[in-house]
Amino acid sequence: MNMLTISGSPHVHARGDASKIMRIVILALLPAMVGSFILFGLGAVQVFLVSVLSCIVFEYLIQKFLLKGKSTIGDGSAIITGMLLAFNVPSNLPIWIMIIGALVAIGVGKMSFGGLGKNPFNPALVGRVFLLISWPVQMTSWPKPLSSAGGLTDVVTGPTPLGILKESDGFAQAMSNTNMPDYISMLWGNMGGSVGEVSAILLLLGAIIMLATRVITWHIPVSFLAGAVLFSGALWLSDSTYYADPVFHLLTGGMMLGVFFMATDMVTSPMNPVGMLIFGFMCGLLTILIRVFGAYPEGVSFAILIMNAFVPLLNKIKPKRFGEVVNNG
Amino acid sequence: MLKTFKMGGVHPEENKFAENSRIETIDAPELMYVMLNQNLGAPSVAIVKKGDTVKTGQLIAKGEVFISANVHSPVSGTVEKIDSWTDASGYRKPVIIIKKEGDVWDDGIDTSDSLVKEISASKEEIVELVKASGIVGLGGATFPTHVKLMVPQGKKAEYLIINAVECEPYLTADHRVMLEKGHEVMVGIQVLMKALDVSKALVGIENNKPEAISHLTKIASSYPGITVQGLKVKYPQGAEKQLIKALINREVPSGKLPIEVGCVVQNVGTALAVYEAVQKRKPLIERVVTVTGKNVKKPSNFMVRVGTPISLLLEKAGGIPDGTGKIVNGGPMMGKAIPNTDIPVTKGTSGILLMTNKEAARVKEYNCIRCGRCTTVCPMGLEPFLLGLAGENLNWEIAEKERSMDCIECGSCQYTCPSGRPLLDNIRLCKLKVGQIIRNRNK
Ligand code: SF4
Ligand code: SF4
Repeated sequence: MNMLTISGSPHVHARGDASKIMRIVILALLPAMVGSFILFGLGAVQVFLVSVLSCIVFEYLIQKFLLKGKSTIGDGSAIITGMLLAFNVPSNLPIWIMIIGALVAIGVGKMSFGGLGKNPFNPALVGRVFLLISWPVQMTSWPKPLSSAGGLTDVVTGPTPLGILKESDGFAQAMSNTNMPDYISMLWGNMGGSVGEVSAILLLLGAIIMLATRVITWHIPVSFLAGAVLFSGALWLSDSTYYADPVFHLLTGGMMLGVFFMATDMVTSPMNPVGMLIFGFMCGLLTILIRVFGAYPEGVSFAILIMNAFVPLLNKIKPKRFGEVVNNG
Repeated sequence: MLKTFKMGGVHPEENKFAENSRIETIDAPELMYVMLNQNLGAPSVAIVKKGDTVKTGQLIAKGEVFISANVHSPVSGTVEKIDSWTDASGYRKPVIIIKKEGDVWDDGIDTSDSLVKEISASKEEIVELVKASGIVGLGGATFPTHVKLMVPQGKKAEYLIINAVECEPYLTADHRVMLEKGHEVMVGIQVLMKALDVSKALVGIENNKPEAISHLTKIASSYPGITVQGLKVKYPQGAEKQLIKALINREVPSGKLPIEVGCVVQNVGTALAVYEAVQKRKPLIERVVTVTGKNVKKPSNFMVRVGTPISLLLEKAGGIPDGTGKIVNGGPMMGKAIPNTDIPVTKGTSGILLMTNKEAARVKEYNCIRCGRCTTVCPMGLEPFLLGLAGENLNWEIAEKERSMDCIECGSCQYTCPSGRPLLDNIRLCKLKVGQIIRNRNK
C-alpha cells in the first residue's frame, strides 16, 4: 500500500480559498471596468493595463529580490490593487505617474509590511493619496466621459461634481452650474471623475456579486452609507441651499467605490461585526466632514485611510465567549 | 424553527454514504488485539497472563483508579502475549493479544436477542454494573461512563441528554443503532435515568436523519420521560456544550462540566451499551463501526468485536480503493489519521474513513488575510487566528489569556480558513503548553 498521510484534524476543508476570494473580487470589479472603457475610451484601457501590469511586476520583483520568498502573484491580490488603483485616477494620467503610483501602492503600501495580509493601509489608497499629493494637477484633471472616448490625447476635461460644489457658494448655486450633471447621469457615470468611480450602477452590480458570494458582509457598506447619509442629511436639513443633499453625496466622488470595494478590503478592515460597524460608520462621517469642511473636494480615500489606522484598536473588541455570560433561562 | 446552538458552526458536506447499510456482524478473526488504553484517563491493568484461557466477556484488565475502565475479552481462547502495539495515536501502547478458539461466553451473560424492559437493578447496582462492564463514552471521547453517573456532592442532575446528533460527516453508526436497536436504546436511556435519578431525558437528533427521528419519536411514547428533539443540521452540534445549548438553551460555564447546568450527556451508542450491561449483563466488547469514504465499494456499518484489526473491516467493505491517501479513525472533522491498518478497533472507534490523495491534501497556505471567518465560525467564541499566531510565536501568555483552553478542537476554524492556516495544529500546541503551565502553577 502507498504511504498514508498523517496530519491533524480537520481532514476536510470548505470549498474556496484566498485566491478564489480574490478572483471573485476581480470579477466584481469587471462591470465597472468595462463601463469605464466605454465612458473614457482608450485612456481608461491604458490606465488599467499600466496599473495592473506594474503592480504584478513590482510585487514579483520585490518578493523575489528583496523579500526573497516564493512568488505570491498567484494569489491575485496584486491584480486587485492594480485595478483599484486604476479606478482611482483620471483616465488621462501620464503613464510614468501611473507606474510610480503602482510602485508606491505595492512597494510601500503592501510589500514593505511583509506582503499579503500584513499591510495596515489599503495599498491602492496609499498609492492614490501619494499621487494626489505629489501631482495634484495631473491627478485632478478630469476627462469628460464619452466626449473623451475617442483618443488618448486632446481630451476634453472638466470638473467633477464635488469640484464644482467646492468652487461654488453653496449647493443651490452649484446645481445651477451648467457643468453639473443631473442625478441620472451621475448614476450611470456620465460625469467627470476617476476612471472607475463614476458609475454607481456598475459598482453596485459588483457589490451584489461580492455580497451574494459572501466575500464581504453587509456590515461595513451599510454602516458607511448610514454614517454618510445621516451626517450629510443633518447638514442638508439645517440649510438645504448651502449643503448638498445625501443623494448627491452618495452618487459622487467615488462613494460607491469606497463603500463597497475599498473600505471592505478584509486585510485593512476590522475582523469582528461590532468593529466593522464602528469602522464603516466613522468612514461615512469622516468622508462628509472632509468633503464639507476640508481642503480637498472629496474625502472617501482619506476617511478610509484614517479609519484603517484604527483597525488594530477595533480588533481588540472581543467576541462574546461561550460560557462567559451565563444565561440559564 | 428547528432548534440549534447559536454561536458559530459550519456545514461540511454530509456524505452519509452508509446511512442505508444495515448493521452487519463481522466474526472475530484468529488474533485479537485488545488495547489497554481504550478509555480517557488511566490505562487499564492486565489481570491475565500469557497462556491463560479466557471466555468471551471475561474481565482481562482492570481500571484501578476512579477515571479508568475495565476491559473484557472479546473472544474465547488463550492469551497469546501481553505486548505493545501501535494504536490510532500512532504510538505503541500496551495490548493483550488473544488467540481465538470458538466463542464461549462467560457465565451469566444473556446473549439472546430478547428485549428486557423491566429494570430490576437499583440505582447503585446500575452504576456498579456500568463500571464493571467497562463502559466508556462511545461517541469517541471514551470518558468512563460510571464517572459521569456519579453526580458530585451538591450538584443535581435535572436532564439526561442523549447525544444522537452524529454531526461528523460520513459517520452513520449511531443512525443505524437508532433504527435497528431503538427499543434497546430506549431501555438503556431509562436505565441511565434511574441511575441519575432524573425524570426527563432529551434525545437530540439532527434533521438529516428523519427516519431515526420519526422511529424514536414513535416508540418514545411507551417510555415515559423521554422526548425526542429534531435539531437543525450544524456542526459541531454533537459537542456536549453546544448540544445542551441547542436543546435547553443553557450555557455551560467556561472550564466547567455539564452538571453545572444540571445536565449529564451520554451518547446514544453508550445508551445501548448500558442496556446490554445492565439488562443482559453483557460487558462492552463490541460496537458499531462505520467504514466509508467516497471511493469505498461498499460503505458499511459493522458490528465488530473490540480488538479486531481494521484491515478486516476494510476487506469486508470491498478493500482499500486505489489512490487512498489517508485513513482516518473517526470522522473527517475530529478523527485521527492512522499510520497503518493493523490498528485494532477500540471502544472509541466510531468509524473508519478512507480518503483519496486529493481529499487528503491540505489546501494551499497563504498569509492570514484577516477575513475574520475563523472567529465567525468558532462555536466557543474564540479568535482562532490569534490563538494560531500565539502558537506560531510560542507565546503561551496570550494563548492562555485568549482562552485556548476553551477550544473544543472541533476544527471549524481550520476547515473554514481561506488561507489554509494550520490553526488547530497551533491551537493544540497552545492547549498542551497552557495546560502544563496551569498544572505547574497549581502544584
Ligand atoms: S478555536 Fe477550537 S473551538 Fe474554535 S473553531 Fe477552532 S477548533 Fe473549534
Ligand atoms: S480564517 Fe484564516 S485568513 Fe481568515 S482571519 Fe482566520 S486565520 Fe486569518
